[in-house]
Amino acid sequence: MDFTYTVLIPLIPLFMFLFLGLNYKRIKEPISGYIGTGGLLLTALISFYTAFQYFFNYGKVDGVYQKIYAYNTVWINFTETLHIDMGIMLDPISAVMLIVVPLISLMVHLYSIGYMHKEPGFTRFYAYLSLFTFSMLGLVLATNLFQTYIFWELVGVSSYLLIGYYFEKPSAILAAKKAFIVTRFADFGFLIGILIISYVAKTFDFKILTNLDFINNLKMQAGMFMGLSVVTVALILIFIGGAGKSAMFPLHIWLPDAMEGPTPVSALIHAATMVVAGVFLVARLFPMFYFFDDGFALHIVAWVGAFTTLFAAIIAITQYDIKRVLAFSTMSQIGYMMLALGVSGYGGQEGLGFMAGMFHLFTHAMFKALLFLGAGAIIHAVHSNYMQDMGGLRKHLPITHITFLIAALAISGIPPFAGFFSKDDILAAAFEHNFPVFIIGYIVAGMTAFYMFRLYFRIFWWNNPEYKHKPHEAPATMTIALIILALMTIGSGFIPFSDFVSPDNIPFNSHIDWNLAGASIGIGLFGIIAAWIFYKKEKDLSQRFRFAFGNVYKWAYNKFYIDEIYFFITKTIIFKYISAPFAWFDKQVVDGTMNGVGNGTVWISSRIKRLQSGKVQDYAMFFISGVLFIIMIIWLSVNY
Amino acid sequence: MISGVSIYEILTVSTIIFFIGVYGFVTRKNLIAMLMSIELILNSAALNFVVINKYLFPEHLGGAIFSIFIIAVAAAETALALAIIINLYRLIMSLKTDDTETMKF
Amino acid sequence: MERIIFYIISVLMIVFAVMAVSNRNIMRSIVYLLFVLIGIAGIYFMIEFYFLGAVQLTVYAGGIIVLYINSVMLVEKINTPLPSVVWWRKLLAASLSIFGIVLTLFAIWSYNFVKIAESQTKDTSINDVGRALLNYGDRGFVLPFEVISILLLAAMVGAIVIAKTNKPQENNELK
Repeated sequence: MDFTYTVLIPLIPLFMFLFLGLNYKRIKEPISGYIGTGGLLLTALISFYTAFQYFFNYGKVDGVYQKIYAYNTVWINFTETLHIDMGIMLDPISAVMLIVVPLISLMVHLYSIGYMHKEPGFTRFYAYLSLFTFSMLGLVLATNLFQTYIFWELVGVSSYLLIGYYFEKPSAILAAKKAFIVTRFADFGFLIGILIISYVAKTFDFKILTNLDFINNLKMQAGMFMGLSVVTVALILIFIGGAGKSAMFPLHIWLPDAMEGPTPVSALIHAATMVVAGVFLVARLFPMFYFFDDGFALHIVAWVGAFTTLFAAIIAITQYDIKRVLAFSTMSQIGYMMLALGVSGYGGQEGLGFMAGMFHLFTHAMFKALLFLGAGAIIHAVHSNYMQDMGGLRKHLPITHITFLIAALAISGIPPFAGFFSKDDILAAAFEHNFPVFIIGYIVAGMTAFYMFRLYFRIFWWNNPEYKHKPHEAPATMTIALIILALMTIGSGFIPFSDFVSPDNIPFNSHIDWNLAGASIGIGLFGIIAAWIFYKKEKDLSQRFRFAFGNVYKWAYNKFYIDEIYFFITKTIIFKYISAPFAWFDKQVVDGTMNGVGNGTVWISSRIKRLQSGKVQDYAMFFISGVLFIIMIIWLSVNY
Repeated sequence: MISGVSIYEILTVSTIIFFIGVYGFVTRKNLIAMLMSIELILNSAALNFVVINKYLFPEHLGGAIFSIFIIAVAAAETALALAIIINLYRLIMSLKTDDTETMKF
Repeated sequence: MERIIFYIISVLMIVFAVMAVSNRNIMRSIVYLLFVLIGIAGIYFMIEFYFLGAVQLTVYAGGIIVLYINSVMLVEKINTPLPSVVWWRKLLAASLSIFGIVLTLFAIWSYNFVKIAESQTKDTSINDVGRALLNYGDRGFVLPFEVISILLLAAMVGAIVIAKTNKPQENNELK
């Protein structure tokens, strides 16, 4: 089957971006929304068709899913093997992303028609969304590491633009800058990793890089660095890039601030698609992660993921801004995915963790987008981000209430909702391969249920405050998106994911281990019940617990002062003691030299120009002196 | 040829007059006075021409005729320069060289 | 006898030249200049270039000096003293001149001019000068003569054009 038509998948959003961006002033509010949504619907249909064709008709040859290059063109040629290509690769994980990205993007496009109603720059918003969708699709369909990097940066740019959408708001600008700088800083690691890999492996191509024979050869050839293979070092550096995009500790600080952007943007970029790019990257290079140095890099991935998931869950419990709770929840869930990849093995049943990570990526995209869009509907109704301003909203927002509840149940791991299946697979994989990580994951499962239902009860139950404007249900475009995503959240758990995704692309059978599943449901229910006790009705129980925990609560509420530590390191240490002397040196010595040369010339010239007095007599005097001097020299040289 | 007077003595006189002219040209603050110094310089040069012609190459008249030309050129120059000076005086009501230094940087 | 006259003329010329460039009364300066020019004419006569001496007297001493006096009288009051000059400038110019004199005299006196016996010299008549000026053959000066005539014509026209009174309003503009 010829998949060449798939070039349309990223090109349609690119065209939409150019069209909307260039006609920014001409296209008015609802039209640009319809155009953007229509274009994306086309993209989504092509993507779904492609994924369907790939998984069910043409992808599998002899029981193995192939990496198909639908389109590939050499862009920059360095050597015989090392060249930067632009192309489209189809394999199980990119096909999964072909479902996730256009679907969530389509929902967000649809939802934004209502949500962004009467916002200034409506068309601009849709142009940016199209740019993001283009970049993200280019990223997931990339055939080689360098193409991934290019689109990786494009995704970062569109994220920057969308976080800073309200560019007249100082906090939004700061958040956009922060997101860009932090991820850019991490991407520096990614770039160095790519360069090391290109130096050692002499190729960027994914098909070659993930080939087992090639990896075995490379193991022999690659040099050592500090007791590790240089490839492992490169993979760790690439993981730093992935950790920056995926908000892993300690590069997570940009994600909570990124909630300054419009809520649909948070749903699309900072919950469902862009932030999982790190997970996708690790999954993409999984064979390399697994085989080099006995999976040393993979262990780092597992522990960073485990730490982040716990860390973010603790903070999420204490936050009051509903979008921040969701942001920390996203961090926590991405940590879960990283954890799952980190504990995965290779081949057959061993690949459960890999499958579970991608599965969780898939389901998480659905229910987290749903949560964010639901939060958007709530914010739209209440005009506040803080749960102190909310309560008793179940009567005012029935559809939002139901969909939000479904999503909360899903993330808490309650069957039959999607989150249960993926989370259970993750816990099973962790249980088999890395018990301490399993413990962390298990505790976090309970905490997740608790903070999600804290959120749920605080928003929809609690008390019935007096609202200045009576909250009303969102317009149809928004609720339709919510309902579709809710259906996906209910249904997507039943997909037999192991039939499609595995580290070695050979399908395997997985089944639910009900002992483990029972335990995970148990802790989920425990968290929900705890939240129900604390938050169903307005009471001061939670206040008392807060005082009981004292400093721990305070630290968690202040996000463990990570931002302050960064500020301390950058402002106090780096800026003051390193950059300031350099700046001084630059200003005083380097610039001083240059300015000194200039000023010296000016000064000398101002002195010399007095010779140009404008008096013929002075000129005559100089002239005669010179002539006499020359005559004297000639005369002396002739005669003596 | 002056009996008893060598070419050296006459050239000495013309040299001294020449440099007196230079001195005057450099020090005088009045445009007409400067022009007069130029006359001195021109005259000493003309004298040189004539003397060298007479003492060293008496068979041709080149030096003498050149002196005639110098006198003619000096007359033309003086006429023009004085015309310019008078015109300038009409413009700035001054003949001081200090007032005519707009050619400066 | 001729030698003494020459020395007297030379000393007078130098003295008058110095006075011509240092006197602060412009009229007196011009008169001293006149004496220098007459002295030079005297030297011309002594070396037997009578025509040249005559031209020097008529054109220079007669014509140009009168031109000077006229222009001085046109532009300034005769009694107005010339602006004084700062001492260091005089010193500088004087030392420069003296240095030049010394240098040139060194050069002249150390050079060995080919001397010609007095008997070889011959008188130059006006006839000879006229033939040389209008001769277009060897040692003829007809071309410079014509060029000079054109130059004089051009200078005359130019002097008239330059010195011609501008219209009053233009005059004001230029002020």
